[in-house]
Amino acid sequence: MTSGPTFVYVTYIATTPERLWQALTDGAFTSQYWFGTRIESDWRVGSRVTFWRDGALSDSGEVLEYTPPRRLSYTWHVEFHEEFRREKPSRVTFELEPAVDAVKLTIVHDQFEPGSKVFAAINGGWPKVLASLKSFLETGRGLAVAGCEAAKPAQDEAIARAQRGAASARARG
Amino acid sequence: MDAVFKALADSSRRKLLDRLHARNGQTLGELCERLDMTRQAVSKHLAVLEGANLVVAVRRGREKLHYLNPVPIHEIAERWIDKYEHTRLQALSDLKKKLENRND
Repeated sequence: MTSGPTFVYVTYIATTPERLWQALTDGAFTSQYWFGTRIESDWRVGSRVTFWRDGALSDSGEVLEYTPPRRLSYTWHVEFHEEFRREKPSRVTFELEPAVDAVKLTIVHDQFEPGSKVFAAINGGWPKVLASLKSFLETGRGLAVAGCEAAKPAQDEAIARAQRGAASARARG
Repeated sequence: MDAVFKALADSSRRKLLDRLHARNGQTLGELCERLDMTRQAVSKHLAVLEGANLVVAVRRGREKLHYLNPVPIHEIAERWIDKYEHTRLQALSDLKKKLENRND
């Protein structure tokens, strides 16, 4: 049992495991549904993964597992704000399973530090990305709410939420 | 989407979702604590919630942990809430929270 909080998200997407895999690992695809984020890696285990937004590094990590089109895992270190940069990386794992006329996608995000600010900040971010990913694969278009123009407000919101979380944790003592 | 609305149309099941929202990743035993429901009833409600993809069960060793999966609820919201309404709705919701529960 790992310590700290864990997200588990599941969605069904009407596509093939291969297309979904490409959507998760190819920067030309991620930039179309993931807050304009371009993912880059050579996808060898141990290699670096980088996330770019508006030409700036937003997050980084290390490839832990790359088994197409079934299982993808990497560590995740938020770089876009100083408060998050201090934290140790967490871990994201994607599992793809064929279902009837669709692919079941499970995302597990765990290994956060106790009292993690990143955890507080991204709480609620994944459902937006997943809804946009689903729309992108099923209709060819990502959702505006997770589009490029939403990236800056999303980052600001994440920072604000982390600060609110820290304030209320202090208030509770 | 029918399955999601059906699953949400029951106060006991909403209560289980509330408990997972308060603390994610609980076993059946933990979810049964301090509830006026039999273990069988909780188990049945969880099966309905899992069927609607609102709860995901993950095996960790001998334990089965239950997680709230907000993705279907988000999809419902996406369907009817316009992208420009998000900030206004958030402001309204914050105001309501502040007025109704000053200690929050």
